[in-house]
Amino acid sequence: MTQVSMTVNGKPVSADAEGRTLLVDFLRNQLRLTGTHVGCDTSQCGACVVHVNGQAVKACTMFAAEAEGAEVRTIEGMANDDGSLGVIQQAFQDHHGLQCGFCTPGMVMSAAALLRDNPKPSEAEIREYLEGNICRCTGYHNIIKSILAASGQEVAIAAE
Amino acid sequence: MPKDNGIGASSKRREDVRFLTGDGQYTDDINIHGQLYVHFLRSDVAHAKINAVNTEAAAAMPGVQRIFTGADFEAVGSIPCGWQVTDRHGEPMQEPRHAVLAHDKVRHVGDPIAAVVADTYAQARDAAEAIELDLTDLPAVIDMKEAAKEGSTKVHDDLTSNLCYDWGFVEENRDAVDAAIKEAAHVTTLELVNNRLVANPMEPRVAVGDYDKSKDEHTLYTTSQNPHVIRLLMGAFVLGIPEHKLRVIAPDVGGGFGTKIFHYAEEAFCTFAAKELKRPVKWTASRSEAFMSDAQGRDHVTKIELALDADNNFTAIRTETYANMGAYLSTFASSVPTWLHGTLMAGNYKTPLIYVNVKAMFTNTVPVDAYRGAGRPEATFQLERVIDKAARELGVDPIALRRQNYVTEFPYATPVAVEYDTGDYHATMDKLEEIADLKGFDARRKESEAKGKLRGLGINSYIEACGIAPSNLVGQLGARAGLYDAATVRVNATGSISVMVGAHSHGQGHETTFPQVIAEMIGIPEEQIDIVHGDTGRIPFGMGTYGSRSLAVCGSAMVRAAEKVIAKSKKIAAHLLEASADDIELKDGKFSVAGTDKEVEWGAVTLAAYVPHNYPLEDIEPGLEETAFYDPANFTYPAGAYACEVEVDPDTGKVTIERFSAADDFGNVINPMIVDGQVHGGIAQGIGQALLENCSYDDTGQLLSASYMDYAMPRADDVPFYAVDHSCQTPCTHNPLGVKGCGEAGAIGSPPSVVNAVIDALHSGGHKVAHIDMPLTPGRVWSAMNS
Ligand code: FES
Ligand code: FES
Repeated sequence: MTQVSMTVNGKPVSADAEGRTLLVDFLRNQLRLTGTHVGCDTSQCGACVVHVNGQAVKACTMFAAEAEGAEVRTIEGMANDDGSLGVIQQAFQDHHGLQCGFCTPGMVMSAAALLRDNPKPSEAEIREYLEGNICRCTGYHNIIKSILAASGQEVAIAAE
Repeated sequence: MPKDNGIGASSKRREDVRFLTGDGQYTDDINIHGQLYVHFLRSDVAHAKINAVNTEAAAAMPGVQRIFTGADFEAVGSIPCGWQVTDRHGEPMQEPRHAVLAHDKVRHVGDPIAAVVADTYAQARDAAEAIELDLTDLPAVIDMKEAAKEGSTKVHDDLTSNLCYDWGFVEENRDAVDAAIKEAAHVTTLELVNNRLVANPMEPRVAVGDYDKSKDEHTLYTTSQNPHVIRLLMGAFVLGIPEHKLRVIAPDVGGGFGTKIFHYAEEAFCTFAAKELKRPVKWTASRSEAFMSDAQGRDHVTKIELALDADNNFTAIRTETYANMGAYLSTFASSVPTWLHGTLMAGNYKTPLIYVNVKAMFTNTVPVDAYRGAGRPEATFQLERVIDKAARELGVDPIALRRQNYVTEFPYATPVAVEYDTGDYHATMDKLEEIADLKGFDARRKESEAKGKLRGLGINSYIEACGIAPSNLVGQLGARAGLYDAATVRVNATGSISVMVGAHSHGQGHETTFPQVIAEMIGIPEEQIDIVHGDTGRIPFGMGTYGSRSLAVCGSAMVRAAEKVIAKSKKIAAHLLEASADDIELKDGKFSVAGTDKEVEWGAVTLAAYVPHNYPLEDIEPGLEETAFYDPANFTYPAGAYACEVEVDPDTGKVTIERFSAADDFGNVINPMIVDGQVHGGIAQGIGQALLENCSYDDTGQLLSASYMDYAMPRADDVPFYAVDHSCQTPCTHNPLGVKGCGEAGAIGSPPSVVNAVIDALHSGGHKVAHIDMPLTPGRVWSAMNS
């Protein structure tokens, strides 16, 4: 066991972790930040996406110790300061971009990273960017719609 | 103007706030002080005799509390099957024992052999590696037709064969169907496979067992669509714990799609071990474990024959299906290829004679059970594919052939034992032609051709039987449970309401839609109403959420309970207004006396019920809480018409979905936004089945698709935006809300339209391909074009 320290959602934290402890398990078990989920064991589902030093990262692909000293942001840190839903979160609620909610934290974190790099993505760009985030419930329709809306773009869908 | 409260409003989902902020509470988020962790050592071979399991070295590893093996469960009950099917000869199905931990043989990859309980997961996993197994490999039987052969390896030595049952339906029609097929002007025959799928809710299964010695009470936290069913099955059949000593809690559930209906060995293990060890015991499945321990879906091999007369009227249907049960009978496994499949073989059509034969086989594979649609997608797929093939053979328009044979008068008693109460199949097909812009197809095909692509259009109808089910009927058919549901409406003194419901949302948004119904009935804001679900300790009873039944069955119970509440509150209001209860009207949250301006607010009446100072105590009890159990009179019959347009790349065989349209009739709709979402999700799963997903085993029973590297889940760029419409509404005639259910339609209706579209595309390119089995991977499509 070694002590690992990092900043999570703006707060300095430290806890003991084995060398083999994954960042996602550290967040969930040591810090009890259970909003970040685990949906697979082959780094494919994206339920675990968080931001590490501003980059979207699958938290199941790195060890907690690798995040020593890092700035980590999780779904628990995405609301506005007054506690209201952030723009992306609100768009997901407005456009029914979630059903069971299990993939949702990862979707929101991925969407936030996408919109920071590409503030007005096209439908195709969003679909391609979400290649690493699996949702089994929504058929993606309303997720794409939510992200288009969060980017401030007109949500006109020919099919609707 | 769209409504913003009550029935028909697209109310935003209140549950979303916690899911969007990381505050959802899924089972794996539950940690109980002092809990231990279990890791299951699972078989890595499909079939073997267990000679010895040596745990000595492993037991001495750090943190290990105890290692359990099959011997510990020899005296414990078998994981039960909830439905006994009777075969063609009147004999009960063969039902093997399914032990919590395997002790004589392992029968599929993933069968649990030992359970290591330790202080941490890592320690439990490390110790499992140190267990020495002495196994003798046995030949595995994977293919169903091999399993059916005389002298085949037997999955269960104590059964007479691998045949679970040979079911005929309706057996009395057999000869008449044979004769009709002989005499037909045209018979179209199709052999096809309904590919095995894995449900793959994104939340893997989890169980946490806890035991309170001071009260001799067990609590199980589990990822379940129906906690009361788990309490019933596990308590009564496996562990012998009476209901009042066993509480089952399913908190937020991260998707289910059927696979979280069933009672699983891991739930029984954690409950059992918590008492043995006097510590809470937690299990969290990895995705790899989910692939080899969650009940899988579909896996039918079918031959269907459709007979037509000289005018293209359907005269008879005969099917023969091999249905894979896997190695053990999961909770509802036996009912899926029979009562949920054979009864739907009439589809939307007035075919007078139908005979369905199903041979259910045991094989050395993971058990198979209900997956979104359960039996109905299998029925729809074969029927809608064979109709398309018939249209092609006869050179007639596939839509016209369907329309010509539609059932148009209701109620309609099918030759396969169900009675459709309402429907309008022409209306949904009309709507489909509009939203799918079928008129524009030829132009779009030309555009595709200009790009060197083949474009195809596939359409189909579907019908499903939902809202399972009338208990006396399913009892006769072999169900070992009643399939009613229950709700309690508890009105609090201030007028807020808690509704305890037996249904359990795992993504469907019940916390939003159920209050919409009560809000409409009473005329108060939805925010004043909450539902309580997923906890046997807080809800009177319930059968859970599956088979698109929540609103049709549990919602009906809730309406009945609310009607009782309203009847009582009118009596209280009558007393307060010094009028007769018969003259009291309730509207917009106010009770008034008809024809006068005398009125009293909802909140004043509820307060009087709990502070009964001015109250008719001689006539009615204080308090305002009512319970209702609702047993449906019939199934509900959602139906619709779907269209898919694909482009096929003739060089690679790659299929892309260009357009997908769905016109559904769900009867009345409570929350249109949520209904749209349910259809979207179902369509994506249907597209997944048609193009991408396949659970596959090699000849030795190794699971080849055991992770997301090998099992192709639909991703965002595999699917288009969908056009969905549910404005055709023929309300259900026998439930109080007139609702039919919408959860499975998308997954039932979409696979045939995708395959029909690909076949159409290939024909447009001159490839006379009759059929390709799902999934239509580029390799399969290319081979079909080039063979
Ligand atoms: S849990 Fe990290 S990608 Fe699936
Ligand atoms: S909302 Fe359930 S997996 Fe995406």
